[in-house]
Amino acid sequence: MKIYRLLAASLCLSAIDGAAQQVSSTNIFAPASTPARTIFGLSVFVLVLTAAIFCVVFTLLVYSVVKFRDRSADAGREPAQIYGSTQIELAWTIIPVLIVVVLFMATARVIHAIQDAPKPPAALDVTVIGHQFWWEFRYPKLGIITANELHIPVSDPAHPTPTFLKLMSADTDHSFWVPELGGKTDLIPNRVNEMWIDPPRAGIYLGQCAQYCGTQHAKMLLRVSVDSRADFAAWVRAQQQPAVQDTKVTAGRRVFETTSCINCHTVSGTAANGRFGPDLAHFMNRSTLASGAAENTIANLRLWLKNPDAIKPGSLMPAMQLSDADLDALTAYLETLR
Amino acid sequence: MSTNAIAIENLKSGAQPWTATLHEWVTTVDHKRIGILYILYALCYLVVAGLEALIIRVQLVHAHNSFVSPQVFNRMFTMHGTTMIFFVAMPILFGFANYLVPLMIGARDMAFPRLNAFSFWLTALGGLLLYFSFLGGNGLYGAGNAPDAGWWAYAPLAAKAFSPGHSSDYWTIALLVSGFGSIGTAINILATVLCMRCPGMHLGRMPLLVWLNLVMSGMVLIAVTPLSAAQLMLLVDRYLGGHFFDTQAGGSATLWMHFFWIFGHPEVYILILPAFAFMSEIIPVFSRKPIFGYPVMVGATVFIGFVSMSVWAHHMFTIGMNSYANSFFTITSMAVGIPTGIKIFNWLGTMWGGRIQFKTPMLFCLGFLFQFLIAGLTGIMLASSPFDWQLGNSYFVVAHFHYVIVGGILFALFAAFYYWYPKFTGRLLSERLGKLHFWLFVIGFHVTFDVMHIPGILGMPRRIYTYEPGRGWEGMNLIVTVGAFIQALAILVFVWNLVVSYWKGVKAGNDPWDAWTLEWSVSSPPPTYNFASIPTVASRRPLWDMKHPEDPDYRYE
Repeated sequence: MKIYRLLAASLCLSAIDGAAQQVSSTNIFAPASTPARTIFGLSVFVLVLTAAIFCVVFTLLVYSVVKFRDRSADAGREPAQIYGSTQIELAWTIIPVLIVVVLFMATARVIHAIQDAPKPPAALDVTVIGHQFWWEFRYPKLGIITANELHIPVSDPAHPTPTFLKLMSADTDHSFWVPELGGKTDLIPNRVNEMWIDPPRAGIYLGQCAQYCGTQHAKMLLRVSVDSRADFAAWVRAQQQPAVQDTKVTAGRRVFETTSCINCHTVSGTAANGRFGPDLAHFMNRSTLASGAAENTIANLRLWLKNPDAIKPGSLMPAMQLSDADLDALTAYLETLR
Repeated sequence: MSTNAIAIENLKSGAQPWTATLHEWVTTVDHKRIGILYILYALCYLVVAGLEALIIRVQLVHAHNSFVSPQVFNRMFTMHGTTMIFFVAMPILFGFANYLVPLMIGARDMAFPRLNAFSFWLTALGGLLLYFSFLGGNGLYGAGNAPDAGWWAYAPLAAKAFSPGHSSDYWTIALLVSGFGSIGTAINILATVLCMRCPGMHLGRMPLLVWLNLVMSGMVLIAVTPLSAAQLMLLVDRYLGGHFFDTQAGGSATLWMHFFWIFGHPEVYILILPAFAFMSEIIPVFSRKPIFGYPVMVGATVFIGFVSMSVWAHHMFTIGMNSYANSFFTITSMAVGIPTGIKIFNWLGTMWGGRIQFKTPMLFCLGFLFQFLIAGLTGIMLASSPFDWQLGNSYFVVAHFHYVIVGGILFALFAAFYYWYPKFTGRLLSERLGKLHFWLFVIGFHVTFDVMHIPGILGMPRRIYTYEPGRGWEGMNLIVTVGAFIQALAILVFVWNLVVSYWKGVKAGNDPWDAWTLEWSVSSPPPTYNFASIPTVASRRPLWDMKHPEDPDYRYE
């Protein structure tokens, strides 16, 4: 128990040391947003209290094992037969009741502080839709649809601009969990859940799906990019542009528009308006492929198009059996979608 | 007290063809034989589900491992969980209850011997159906060949759209069939305890093991029925066009969660109460004192029975319930800690001032106390719902419930094996192998499950077949896998001990531990109908009264 706490504390310290780097850890004890920090405070309180209980009971256990062990001196004699004691029973009933009351009060306060927090007018709204096995992000007020990498602005504690997430699912249950930003909340079909985050520091925060959702639950990874105000505004402007139309890659675009790609994917300004897969209008803006399963490089993209199972076995994207020439053209076309 | 220890001679001698012996065992309605069938059946599945756990651990030994495919991995954790709960833990505990309850209350058999046999064979059929899915689960779709929706089978993953083929059907029907077996056994234990006690044994004189199994059986009746109902609804969805859980037609995913967990959480107590029962019999005998605070122990058990029915949604803290519901299930879940704590204190009170003998059963009891204390405290952390929003569905939870089920229930079961094996077979298990088994298992257990908490704190979700490097999870997972193999080694020692001691063990006699309850008054193994004449008791420890006529218990109770 103690070892855990020491380890947790040291992990926590190392995470704080590493805060200067861009990419976060996934340590729940390195909170970087108000809900996560509030939970962390409660966690420390609960850990201290349970550690104290552990020490008391463990001491009693060790003491009685050592003190009352069978010695050869009293072989054959039975010890005094004690049947119980009302006073002692009352004591070890009332003390735990009091501990539970204290724990409950502390917990209820945090539940209320997080779940019933008012939404400030400056809050950003994002709708998160879970799919097997990727994330869709919609910004209803900004007219943006993107996937797998959530961009949000930093929230200055003096002028908070938290992000309020509406969580829904297109198929099975999923769960949105970025440990440094907050606890997890499930995405459940036919149900709308909500959570909020307000990270004050820019950076990349990692997480992943935390509710088993099928074959590739493990590679349904999450990246939250917390941008400075200026970076976020620039990102929004870029996302609001229609997709690039580059005449140099017409061949690739023809491959894209004449295979089944368009049944599942959308690229604004083309025939593609499918909704089963991620929106690709600004695909090259993302640093990863296949919901974080691989880095978004030309080689990985070509492999992903050729044989999705090589990167993410069991993903729902089919292999289109394209010729090498078509694959090259299609890769080149997708590379222009910045 | 008039215990009649005269054995009824076994009429059949050993010399008969093996087919006749087999026929006797298959057609038996003797509670002791059915108990042993349950236990042997569960031990087989313990090995199978243990191997599945090892496959899981090998796959997770380092990041991006490809020992098995994601499909196989998902089947392995689904089958591991389902098997361990429904076809190891439940039957093995029912087996002990079957064997011990009639002996401890001075009865000649269970109330309904034929129902007893029927219940066992239903459970047995359930397990076979579940494993037949490896052969028959493909269906016409060529889909996966064993259930892979997790042991909760959350909707809509088990719906036709996401689980084509027949694997989910085998899962559903296996649980339905074994569920009816469980209900039958529960009714049987209730009727036996309420109607078959020997003269003098009023409710306040029943051994605690009997009390705990009585409460457990009541809980089985209440908790298993909603699960069976949910399985029927799922079958209606899959085959008759129902939409209970079919979210694509407007069904409710959360409805399944409620149905499942209103079974699933009481189930934890259904499993832990018999473990408490073993503790409450074994600790007093090896401390040489009566149980401390008997009435409080009974009260705490009944309280656990009631409160555990109102805590189920703490498995659902992350589904977006409102703050009032989250607060309610926080306080009920924490409240269960109170009677559980009282029990731990009473066991300590029993040891206090005693003369503790460190025989193998007692060693396992001490392991239980230590580990169950920690499991309870991590349970308090998870009951604190905001903390659960972080810890829920992570490896911290996996570590927590393995602490309960392995560190608690399995340790209690090992204690029970070492304690009652002489009664079952007439021979003691080897103490030397027993101590080796204990220490190997303790080391393996702590290497595995202590370390497993940490990747959860570092953000590792459960049920992932692989993980990204660089998150601090790799070293931990390697250690956990090593620990799993140490535990496997310890199990081999245990099985070896069971087999060898059956032929080579020291002869036990009627009462090898100088114990106090009625099962030790008859021969080992007990004769066919247990008691040549029904005993009469005057206190909770009839054999103490007999051995210490100068200072009998009934003067103080």
